[in-house]
Amino acid sequence: MEELALHILDLVQNSLAAGATEVVIEIKEDAAGDLLIITIKDNGSGMDQEFVRRVLDPFTTTRTTRRVGLGLSLLAMAARQAGGDVQISSEKGKGTTVTATFGLRHWDRPPLGDVPATLVTVLAGAPKLDLIYRHTVDDRTFTFCTREVRRELGEVPINDPKVLTFLKRYLQEALTSLHGGGGVDEA
Amino acid sequence: MTKLKSLDDLRRLREELQKEVEARQGGETQIIVGMGTCGIAAGAREVMTAILEELARRNIKATVLQTGCIGMCEKEPLVDVVRPGEKRITYGHVTPRDVPRIIGEHVVNGRIVEDLVVGRAN
Repeated sequence: MEELALHILDLVQNSLAAGATEVVIEIKEDAAGDLLIITIKDNGSGMDQEFVRRVLDPFTTTRTTRRVGLGLSLLAMAARQAGGDVQISSEKGKGTTVTATFGLRHWDRPPLGDVPATLVTVLAGAPKLDLIYRHTVDDRTFTFCTREVRRELGEVPINDPKVLTFLKRYLQEALTSLHGGGGVDEA
Repeated sequence: MTKLKSLDDLRRLREELQKEVEARQGGETQIIVGMGTCGIAAGAREVMTAILEELARRNIKATVLQTGCIGMCEKEPLVDVVRPGEKRITYGHVTPRDVPRIIGEHVVNGRIVEDLVVGRAN
């Protein structure tokens, strides 16, 4: 994957496949600590501890059609190449939290990429999902919550192409502002 | 949550779209994008956003859905178009540049874009 935002999209697809109705995506960029932390927390079906131990193995999957599951192992590889790691905590019936850390300024860290495109793609496929996105850059935080957007929209579906196009533009502006107007990514 | 800066814009959009929702009769064309790990790595997200922008730009009502990996990883990004009462057509190796053609030719006019087809199903 060329962007971390694509890994995020892939992990949220896992959450949706696990029946999650709420997903929280948190990104923290800490320049002083030279750290980028991405956390994805869902309330899906979760995994038992034995499965969690094996989940970074690319030949571990819940799928029955093909015995490969590359998403988490690709993320772990990207994190380790950039001086970080991946941690997974999960409880059967309660949900899963995946935390990936990266050296913020590490030479091999993939760029964060197009997070707004990832978020609207998630919403296009899962309009009823309660998605909370929180992005912190040093001491500034931006939060986006689909519950509030849906409340404003009333009967208009959040996955209407015009709404999603609007939200993508809105998120692009918000993240540009969060980064001091200099772009979405500091990598 | 930080209040949406463009909340007024969102409300205006809601008023505009509310009338369309009320007028909608159902039976829309479905556009299905493969969003498994293979599809995402191959560019499915960019195809998805191009589809949304094209539908919004042309004011076309269609249902956009996602699916996981269907086993044709080497042909990703995959996009299915299902017009009401017609065969499901699967397009492969779709790029954002192909999207206006798929929407304009197939979704709007019912003419299959033959050079991109990788599968057909009833």
